[in-house]
Amino acid sequence: MDSHALAAQTSETGHIEHAHPPHLRHHFETVEQQREAASFGMWLFLLTEIMFFGGLFCAYLIYRNWYYPAFVVGSHQLKIWAGTTNTGVLIGSSFTMAMAVYSSQVRNRAALIGYLLLTIVLGTVFLGIKGYEWHDEWEHHHVPGLNFSVSDFVHTSAAYPEDKPLPLDMAEKTQVYFSLYFAMTGMHALHMIIGVSLLIILLAQAWGGAYTDGHMTTIENFGLYWHFVDIIWIFLFPLLYLISRHQ
Amino acid sequence: MHFISPVLWQFLIKWLTNFAIFPPEASRIAPDVDAFYFYLIGISVVGLVIVGLLVGVFSVRYRKERNPEATQIEGSTLLEATWTIIPLALFMVSFVWGALLYFRIYNPPTNAMNVYVVGKQWMWKVEHPGGQHEINSLHVPINRPVQLTMISQDVFHSFSIPAFRVKREVIPGRYSTVWFEATAPGTYHLFCTQYCGTLHSQMIGQVVAMTPDDYQAWISGSTSGTSLAQNGERLFAALGCNSCHNGTPNAHGPSLANVIGSQVQLANGTYTTATDAFVRDSILNPTLHQVAGYAPIMPTYQGQVSEEGLISLVEYIRRLDSNYRIDQTLNVSETGAGSDAAPASGTSTSTASGMVKQ
Amino acid sequence: MSTIVSLPDQSTATLPKVSYLNKEYGLKSWLLTGDHKRIAILYLISITFFFFIGGAMAGLIRLELLTPASDLMAADTYNKVFTMHGIIMVFLFLVPSVPATIGNFLIPIMVGAKDLAFPKINLLSWYLYIAGGILLMTALISGGVDTGWTFTTPLSTHYLNTHVITAGLAVFVAGFSSIFTGLNFIVTIHRMRAPGMTWFRLPLFVWSHYAASILMVLGTPVLAITLVLVILERTIGIGVFDPAKGGDPLLFQHLFWFYSHPAVYIMILPGMGVISEVISTFSRKRVFGYTAVAFSSVAIAVFGFFVWAHHMFIMGVSNYSALVFSLLTMLVAVPSAIKIFNWAATLYKGSITFETPMLYAFGFMGLFTIGGLTGVFLGSLGMDIHLTETYFIVAHFHFVMVGGMLMAYLSGVHFWWPKMTGRMYPEGLSKLAAVTTFIGFILTFFPQFILGYLGMPRRYAAYPPEFQVLNVFSTAGASVLGVGYLLPLLYLTWSLKYGAIAGANPWQATGLEWQIQSPPLTENFVETPIVTHEAYDYEWLAHKTEHDEVETVG
Repeated sequence: MDSHALAAQTSETGHIEHAHPPHLRHHFETVEQQREAASFGMWLFLLTEIMFFGGLFCAYLIYRNWYYPAFVVGSHQLKIWAGTTNTGVLIGSSFTMAMAVYSSQVRNRAALIGYLLLTIVLGTVFLGIKGYEWHDEWEHHHVPGLNFSVSDFVHTSAAYPEDKPLPLDMAEKTQVYFSLYFAMTGMHALHMIIGVSLLIILLAQAWGGAYTDGHMTTIENFGLYWHFVDIIWIFLFPLLYLISRHQ
Repeated sequence: MHFISPVLWQFLIKWLTNFAIFPPEASRIAPDVDAFYFYLIGISVVGLVIVGLLVGVFSVRYRKERNPEATQIEGSTLLEATWTIIPLALFMVSFVWGALLYFRIYNPPTNAMNVYVVGKQWMWKVEHPGGQHEINSLHVPINRPVQLTMISQDVFHSFSIPAFRVKREVIPGRYSTVWFEATAPGTYHLFCTQYCGTLHSQMIGQVVAMTPDDYQAWISGSTSGTSLAQNGERLFAALGCNSCHNGTPNAHGPSLANVIGSQVQLANGTYTTATDAFVRDSILNPTLHQVAGYAPIMPTYQGQVSEEGLISLVEYIRRLDSNYRIDQTLNVSETGAGSDAAPASGTSTSTASGMVKQ
Repeated sequence: MSTIVSLPDQSTATLPKVSYLNKEYGLKSWLLTGDHKRIAILYLISITFFFFIGGAMAGLIRLELLTPASDLMAADTYNKVFTMHGIIMVFLFLVPSVPATIGNFLIPIMVGAKDLAFPKINLLSWYLYIAGGILLMTALISGGVDTGWTFTTPLSTHYLNTHVITAGLAVFVAGFSSIFTGLNFIVTIHRMRAPGMTWFRLPLFVWSHYAASILMVLGTPVLAITLVLVILERTIGIGVFDPAKGGDPLLFQHLFWFYSHPAVYIMILPGMGVISEVISTFSRKRVFGYTAVAFSSVAIAVFGFFVWAHHMFIMGVSNYSALVFSLLTMLVAVPSAIKIFNWAATLYKGSITFETPMLYAFGFMGLFTIGGLTGVFLGSLGMDIHLTETYFIVAHFHFVMVGGMLMAYLSGVHFWWPKMTGRMYPEGLSKLAAVTTFIGFILTFFPQFILGYLGMPRRYAAYPPEFQVLNVFSTAGASVLGVGYLLPLLYLTWSLKYGAIAGANPWQATGLEWQIQSPPLTENFVETPIVTHEAYDYEWLAHKTEHDEVETVG
């Protein structure tokens, strides 16, 4: 191979000016390829998130099997109205997020901004209610390690009088339930906080006119993330709040 | 070993041991483990030689100077199948052989004598049934199966006796067991092999294998006066266990006579074999081990009994073959009089060692 | 079919005027780059830095073990040193070594793309790596950490007062760097292949990175959540692993090894990819049984997820699960054996030359064979009881990780050095380094197999005196090994300025990366290449060279 010729050729051509469509990054051939890559990457990322939460779900499964009575009374200490409201809020936010993606597709800037705003509000409401619940659990000494006390579980609980008090050894195991509860809802809330922060950025960009000009991969992928976080909650809610509620 | 002449085997092992590149063989299982080891070395050497020969011969035969033209070859399904199936077959032999050894090492024979081991940062505490205590050493008789029931007070440890080719993790919160039968008298290394903190490398000791006569002499020379079961009996009374577990028809708790090794029906309908671990867990987490037919009234003794105390209780319950002595103890403690009949040489009112000072 | 490939005359080669190296200047143009090749160079520099820190720790370990007593350093210092050695070497060197440097540089070129799918995420992954490194250095400087790289609970959560949280965070952050690299590779290989580049025309290097990326993407998040739980347990005292609160420390072991066993395949698979390329190139022959080698990578990745409990055979997993995990461990050994034999068969009827990358590759084959076969010792249940947690296992994984992966890494660095920098390394010195490394390695780690069977436990600052002779051998070997690693650092740095100019294809290799200029342009190809030939098609290359198709850049 003739390196001289090669060098000459490359230095001449240096950088070929392609007629780029807007938003097409230089290393992709077509807009379609870019969209597919972005969406494939997002799904892969969600797969890693499933594995991330999977570790917690696995721990939950094992301990719930071992310490079922402790999980039952621990679960009964949670505020079911708060959990239910939050589930509703989150499903609502998924709807507004879907509508935001739709608005982006039909290039309706006002609707996009409105729906993004609504999603932010709903996400914040969720976090607010969650924060209220955590505060309440702190007051009731249900936080393992920091201020845990078994007294709610070895005596008949005012919140759920049908529950028989637990023997001390089983009552101690409610710590495992609450450890998992805080780890799981905490990790979920962390994802919500990241989501809301990203939404604020998206909102600012949409305000500036982005995402209604035909380029909406970012909004779509964020939508996937938001729905994923929602789905995690759809699993957390029955697993944490609804254990043996029919009794 | 069974399949080669014992004389040759002894010669081989002695020769290797002399070079300090082979550990002494001092247990019944050791020659079997070593035979498997030699098999594995054998297939490794054969594999390595084949790979080495292929690479070496081809490198010489097909080096550029001798073979300037490469011949392109796609592959050969037959050849590839060959070097898939032959290693697989050799590995399967290793799998079966290894599994057979594993089951032997981790399933103690029923006639094994039981010794208890408690690991803590950074020492081994050994409790013999006769009440002999040892720190960082373990005396055992030869030609007799010895089972170790082990637990950790704090972090993971691992109990390893290389000369016996046995090792087992010592875990906080649950019993693990290992057994061996020493064959040659001598003093061997005892190591903690699981990293357990700062002085991990000083959590070592020695295993002394003795002839039965020497062992008897050692046992009687180092007794503390109270056997493990006797200590357990005192604890049993001091903790008030006997008020429920006394075998009387209207007792609140199940009878414990001959319970270890028996099938127990749990409150959820399933059956389980009552082992040492089951008894220990029942003391600490009675709710998780609710026996069918009894009300869930047993309190937990978590934090009230040390691991050594639990071992005494387990050993006591293991040896309990009738409820006669429990009844006796009840009657005796009511009158406040001691009993000097074996095995309960202590009085139930004296503070039993093994209770955690609160 | 036969091919004669003659190496090009390099005396006429010149450096191209424009390349990714001189397109832009200044620190900023490097630190904010999106170019996969520049990010690869950033990784190369940072990984080398951490490798030598980890290596210094290894030197201290070997010095301490020269004598039976714990005399050079106190036991707790020794514990901190081996912990730091483990964490640095595993998370900051071995896991990113080949993928983040050579893989990052080559995968887009090999599939015929201009860059990885997500250049910004690629850069982010380097920053995360650096953040992890800085956190770990913080832990080291502020007093160290002595959990061992395995962070075993309850030791790490309740019984140590060192910087466990900082070190845990460091691994957590570095883990995300690895997730993003893997994610980027998978998307690139799926979506960015050039026209005509079908799956079975991909070089085996790409296949092995694809397999490793699957492991990175699916395994690392489990490690992340496990570390989060450890950190929460240590800071606020939740009770998921704490036996005192009802948790089970064995659950930690399961979760940790669910990542950390696949992690060894993350470490070795990319190395296997390097070996496939090198052996093919220097025997001028298509890799024997391409499909088998490609699928064996995928098989290793799949089986690799189901063998984690073989780290726990003596920890009280039930006998039956021990059986299943031992059986699967035997199965995962088979694809590695297939690879070794296929590489050996590649040499058959080749036209072999012995440049430095090839020497390292031969070293890899020998050492990895030993490492793999001793893995069968440890996968056999009854043998594992005696050997686990001793120096045997230390020797085993060093044969695989250092003898295998590090040899492959050095082989790859030498092989692609002309492509990365445009200059050749000095051949004589580098052959010396390869041989020194091999001899030093054997001398260091082979005695440890014997020590292991004698029963010497790992992670001991002091040991019984009868083990000293073998330990002296090992320490002596380590000093030879140290020289073997320092040499490339020196002459490769030297060659940056004084090395001979390489030209586009100094080895006459067939990969797409060799058909473009060295060092490549920022966007790799002048025009998107259209692929019409299989990987390792020396016929095609010979034909092309004959006809002097200069437009090979296209």
